[in-house]
Amino acid sequence: MKHVKFLVDLGSTFTKVVVVDVESERILGRAQAYSTVDTNVMTGLLKAMQDAKREVGLVKVDREDVVACSSAAGGLKMVCIGLVPELSLKAGELAALGAGAKLLQCCSYKLNHRELSGIASISPDVILLVGGTDGGNSDVVLHNATMLASSDMSTVIVIACNKVVQEEVEFILGSSGKQVRLAKNVMPEIGKLEAESSRNVIRDVFVKNIVKAKGMEKVMEVVKEVVMPTPTAVLNAAKLLSEGINGDSGLGEMMVVDVGGATTDVHSVAAGHPVEGAVMKNLLPEPYVKRTVEGDLGVRHNFDTLLKLGEAKGVLDKQDMEEVKSLINPKKLPENEEEALLDMKLARIAAEVAVERHVGSLEEWYGPSGRIMVQKGKDMRGVASVIGTGGAIVFALKPKMVLRGVLFDTKIPHLLKPESPQFYIDSKYILYAIGLLANFAPRKALRIGKRYLEV
Amino acid sequence: MEEKKLTVITGTVGQDSHTIGVSLLSRFLKENGFNVVELRGLTPPEDFINAAKETDAVAILISSLYGMGEMDLAGFKDKCIEAGLGDVLLYVGGYLKIGRHDWKEDEERFKKLGFDRVYPPGVELEGVLKDLRSDLGEKQIP
Repeated sequence: MKHVKFLVDLGSTFTKVVVVDVESERILGRAQAYSTVDTNVMTGLLKAMQDAKREVGLVKVDREDVVACSSAAGGLKMVCIGLVPELSLKAGELAALGAGAKLLQCCSYKLNHRELSGIASISPDVILLVGGTDGGNSDVVLHNATMLASSDMSTVIVIACNKVVQEEVEFILGSSGKQVRLAKNVMPEIGKLEAESSRNVIRDVFVKNIVKAKGMEKVMEVVKEVVMPTPTAVLNAAKLLSEGINGDSGLGEMMVVDVGGATTDVHSVAAGHPVEGAVMKNLLPEPYVKRTVEGDLGVRHNFDTLLKLGEAKGVLDKQDMEEVKSLINPKKLPENEEEALLDMKLARIAAEVAVERHVGSLEEWYGPSGRIMVQKGKDMRGVASVIGTGGAIVFALKPKMVLRGVLFDTKIPHLLKPESPQFYIDSKYILYAIGLLANFAPRKALRIGKRYLEV
Repeated sequence: MEEKKLTVITGTVGQDSHTIGVSLLSRFLKENGFNVVELRGLTPPEDFINAAKETDAVAILISSLYGMGEMDLAGFKDKCIEAGLGDVLLYVGGYLKIGRHDWKEDEERFKKLGFDRVYPPGVELEGVLKDLRSDLGEKQIP
């Protein structure tokens, strides 16, 4: 049964298993089990594996055939330290998010002691240290390295700063016993983003460290390897499904909206170049594959924010406000039609606002030479496809109602949201599995994805 | 170790998109050994400052040909000082004010705004380079 693979998402709200037959390009079964941060990762994994095996009629599964992505233990927790917020720090943030990180804190300019102890109290998995173009500013990153060296954190530090002082920074940190890894400068010059090198190093650190996390040795008896953080798997799937592969067409420029209990993620695979003669003015270019995470738009953890936004947008009324109280419990799934309806409204607000923050905008400038349209960020009006995923969309009463929140809105025409994309719903919850499979069988992954996404 | 090139920032400020002059200047400075960060047209004043902070630039050379330079650059020197860039040389050139008037007025006005050098339109590039080298020498920047 070498062609049957068990693809696992560890440690999200639900641990999920998707079983695929790679040869026939079919999904044989899927299962999920509730997994909390406080309970052992293993409980959810064993239950989900058991159910999946039962569903496909297998008694024993070889460890070799089980591959996982993980957001166990709160995901890949990261802190980014940079120089100017709109430049190197922003570049660092983009790299960290693109690596699938949960970005907990960002610090600009020279660190002070309060920030340093703040970082220590978060105890991130990885710190990304950036700052200065190549040949540019060096004293800020040297200061920050010295500060980090003085702390007793054992976090891995990825150095992606001004190349002129990279070795000096490495020496400062290394001689105080810190684990360091080098990557290319995330912003080698103004107007140039070089995120890939950092992304790869961060992912490598993740893969090496995750197996050492508490409770993981048991997991590794069931799973062959944990190859990436869950958000990276989703991003991988988006890229593959958008671009296709020689001979197998993709779905065109794309956006993936992932509405979850704790955050809402938006991924885009699109150039987003200006149309209609607008000029683009970004000090830092927008990445072609871009991920944004809205930590205040989770449909279970952020009622207050969603209610405020919903009220402002006129989507929620007083009655909804009362009813929402019954949903205040991260484990809770809607039990009746009223709750399901309300849940759907909340998901729609989350999707709408998250996409509004992700997409670019147009500003009108008036000068002596007349009107100029200036674009900031990516123009997503032309994207061909939008995929909805995450529990709040997949299990919504009407998933497409939720997705309509991502559409271009004539009331806010300066926000460049998708105008007429084809909607796809990840109804079998397979997107992460496509991203995992893409690692070793991309063509099969693409075909399975296209077959099972629901139009 | 390779010789460190000095970095300068260039661009047109505000809503001005007339970039031919500043492109020529940028090319000329590159040919003469400077590392030039070109922000090109329609550059908000803050972008000059941010780029200078990140690159450790020694000078910011701003072009404005649409007559609104004074509005765009009000308080620019103060912003630089606030951003820790008090030592960065500030040059400006172009049609700095609309209408017929004496060039000296422009020069005075922009010097008051904190610019080290103020140039009329059509200035010779060699002259700017000479000024830049001599001003950097005075500040003992290698």
